[in-house]
Amino acid sequence: MPTLTHYLVLSGVLFCIGTAGVFVRRNLITILLSIEIMLNAVNLTFVAFGRSMGSADGQIIVFFVMTVAAAEAAVGLAIVIGLFRHRESLNPDTFTSLKW
Amino acid sequence: MTLFYVFAAVAVVASLLVIAQRNPIYSVLLLIASFGALSGLYVLLDAPFVAVTQIVVYAGAIMVLFLFVVMLLNAPHEETDYDETVHPLRRPGPMRFGAALAVALVVELLWALTKSGGETGAFPGAAVSSVRTIGRSLFTNYAFAFEVTSVLILVAMVGAVVLARREGGPSAPPSA
Repeated sequence: MPTLTHYLVLSGVLFCIGTAGVFVRRNLITILLSIEIMLNAVNLTFVAFGRSMGSADGQIIVFFVMTVAAAEAAVGLAIVIGLFRHRESLNPDTFTSLKW
Repeated sequence: MTLFYVFAAVAVVASLLVIAQRNPIYSVLLLIASFGALSGLYVLLDAPFVAVTQIVVYAGAIMVLFLFVVMLLNAPHEETDYDETVHPLRRPGPMRFGAALAVALVVELLWALTKSGGETGAFPGAAVSSVRTIGRSLFTNYAFAFEVTSVLILVAMVGAVVLARREGGPSAPPSA
């Protein structure tokens, strides 16, 4: 049977894949997808710890994380659409107007 | 045990392909596959409520929203000023640094988790898997957080509409 450590290692690997995606990719949509990967890795940690502690709190917090992820995706994609209208590009390196 | 490794392999491989694809549509579809595998893992963890929510909310709603935006923008390929066939670790400056940092993070996390060790068997306690228990707790102990969540959703909805509105269009209010 898989133990808690198995799930934590898997979650860590998924989180690192998401981090690498944010750093490596130069496409706003792929960066948002990488953030979703990271959120899911954290969700897996919550459920695994909740199962380990025999409590329902982990699953409830996952419910809240999913809500926040939905709100983040909606607002983030609206911002992406607005940026694309202004610059005709999805490359974050082209949006440097606020850079000091 | 076999099922765990199957689901874990699917999740990791699909996630890796998500950040390796150049076409965002393939990325979104692969991420849905990854979420399916994670849903299987939630079933293995005796959390059927989370598994179903993962499929319905994540794969069904959020990913469709992504897919919709990808198709709306119609900008399939990443614009870069370097050759895209170059391996990420060989690309210039900050990207190489970021990839190296991510690899370092993987090594560090694996090291920390394997050092902890300790437990040998499966999960000791009984599982809390009934939707009844989750719902009761959600609407008693977490009632305030639940209501705040509804406000958050409202704010996100209004914000998305305001942000994505075309300025100066026929539907725009005068001097907003």
